[in-house]
Amino acid sequence: MSGPGATPIARWAPYAMSGPAFLLFATLLLVPLLLTAILSFSQFDHHSGIKAGVTLQHYAVVITDEFYHEIFLRTLRLSAVTTLICVAVGAPEAYILSRMSGRWRAVCLLVVLAPLLISVVVRAFGWSMLLGREGLVNQLLELAGIGRQRLLYTESAVIVGLVHIMMPFMIIPVWTSLQKLDRTTEQAALSLGASPVTVFRRIVVPQVLPGILSGSLIVFGLSASAFAIPGLLGGRRIKTVATLIYDEYLHELNWPLGAAIAVILLIANLLIMLGYNRLMERRYRRALG
Amino acid sequence: MAFLTLTDIRKDYGAVTAVTDFSLTVAKGEFVSLLGPSGCGKTTTLHMIAGFVPVSAGRIRLDGRDITHAKPNSRGLGVVFQSYALFPHMTVAENVGFGLEMQRVSKTERATRIAEALSLVHLEAYAVRYPRELSGGQRQRVALARAIVIRPPILLLDEPLSNLDAKLREEMQFELRAIQRRLGTTTIMVTHDQTEAFSISDRVVVMEAGRITQVDAPYRIYEHPRTRFISHFVGKTNLLEARVTQAGRGGRAAIGGQLFAVDLPVQMVADAPVALAIRPEKLRLMEAGSGRIGGTIASRYFLGSQWLYHVDTPLGMLLAVLPNDGSIPHEEGESVGIDWADEAIRLLAEDEVAA
Repeated sequence: MSGPGATPIARWAPYAMSGPAFLLFATLLLVPLLLTAILSFSQFDHHSGIKAGVTLQHYAVVITDEFYHEIFLRTLRLSAVTTLICVAVGAPEAYILSRMSGRWRAVCLLVVLAPLLISVVVRAFGWSMLLGREGLVNQLLELAGIGRQRLLYTESAVIVGLVHIMMPFMIIPVWTSLQKLDRTTEQAALSLGASPVTVFRRIVVPQVLPGILSGSLIVFGLSASAFAIPGLLGGRRIKTVATLIYDEYLHELNWPLGAAIAVILLIANLLIMLGYNRLMERRYRRALG
Repeated sequence: MAFLTLTDIRKDYGAVTAVTDFSLTVAKGEFVSLLGPSGCGKTTTLHMIAGFVPVSAGRIRLDGRDITHAKPNSRGLGVVFQSYALFPHMTVAENVGFGLEMQRVSKTERATRIAEALSLVHLEAYAVRYPRELSGGQRQRVALARAIVIRPPILLLDEPLSNLDAKLREEMQFELRAIQRRLGTTTIMVTHDQTEAFSISDRVVVMEAGRITQVDAPYRIYEHPRTRFISHFVGKTNLLEARVTQAGRGGRAAIGGQLFAVDLPVQMVADAPVALAIRPEKLRLMEAGSGRIGGTIASRYFLGSQWLYHVDTPLGMLLAVLPNDGSIPHEEGESVGIDWADEAIRLLAEDEVAA
């Protein structure tokens, strides 16, 4: 029934309908985030644990100590390299997928997405078996006459694992924007004398850039806060920020310091992603809308 | 002089044949239209010339060079697409300059030629705009400028005007022709719009179900359509089912008692069925009692420059189109006489393609 009496209900309906989602969002994200932020300012000593009082000491430690700098830089490097590889491999892969005929595309898409159905921990253990001292890769290297290499517990191992986990998050957004691509623009470029490689680089890639952009933001964000892969494939030596936070909480029992590192990671992540987004959007907003 | 030659071109998609027995010779500088209903294979043919669609059988020769299996990016042809296919992430100038860049034309020469092409389509002021900031007509012009700036031996137009509104379409028709005349570029245009094909082409190729059914100058096709299909497809027509009374040159055919003088093939036997056609504008309406037959105006429509009448006659319902010359039009229900010239009657061959 419409009429003047229905207006207040109509006005409140959107809030009421988004209420459950907001409640879930608040309890699962905002509250823990706020508690973590508060915790990061709490005083701490190794004998008595968390004490009353506010301090910036934990932030000062992270910002001044080179030990932490190295871990932050390593995390940044690992995430950036993972993102780059995902763009370089995932974008062409999505393009090829979008060009396949119906049945093959369904099969290949399933192959790309299936890993999402398997636990990250299981996949990480899979990689550690492959890359281990007696693993398949080392056996092959030995057969090829190159000899055994130290593969596991290196940054390369972490990158290999991360790329494997993150690839679907790159392929799906790129594939989505490829669906909107006007195929005749490729034909037009061909008729103007462009080689297929030039068509891909100059015509296809710029048009699917929004997809590549969102894919790389997802991949970078998830890689920078990844825990299982660096933990299992990087071992004790290759510490990342996420594994560092885990250590502070569960080994050092210094919860405030762990919380401070978590907050810094969050802020750094946000700054990098927002900056990247702004940079790309400014270049392409006018052309692509 | 044969500039572009297509010989027995054929295209199969699995068991379906899209184009077959397509042979055509195009002279340098000629403007040829491929005209036909959707699904007749005209766009497939154009795409085979452009190289986007591989040819199943036959040969394509351009200026003495066999390009049947050449890659599309080695043919150097200018193509204008129905959707324009502009590069959305490039400005108008970058779009137009893309082909020159691929030809490794120097930056200074590129700038001159881009400016030339844009002035030819009256878009000098829009060089730094992006395609999405332009109207449909402007995008169409950019697409044309982008295709002609590379000075292609052949310009291929795929329904170039179909996305424009009626008024703009008419303007662009004449402009397209003017530009083509000026550059002298051999042009092949695909269209389903007979007015478009007739007004700007030197020759029209009528296609039906993957085959050529008639190749002629626009006037010849309109005045002497070979089949019923063409007669109906290119303009309005009155179709009369008659019977032969006397075959051969100066022969006769009849419907009821009405005799038509028309040249008939000698092999036709008496009493064989023939299809005759007369264009609505060839009929003359006059006072009742005069003319060859009588009729009653069943309905009339005002088309601005013309009046369109449906006239109920012993030959069936006839369509008559008279110019709006300012005289008083006939009323509905009025009795009229109808006359026509003998030479306005056309004999149609039976359709080769079964409907």
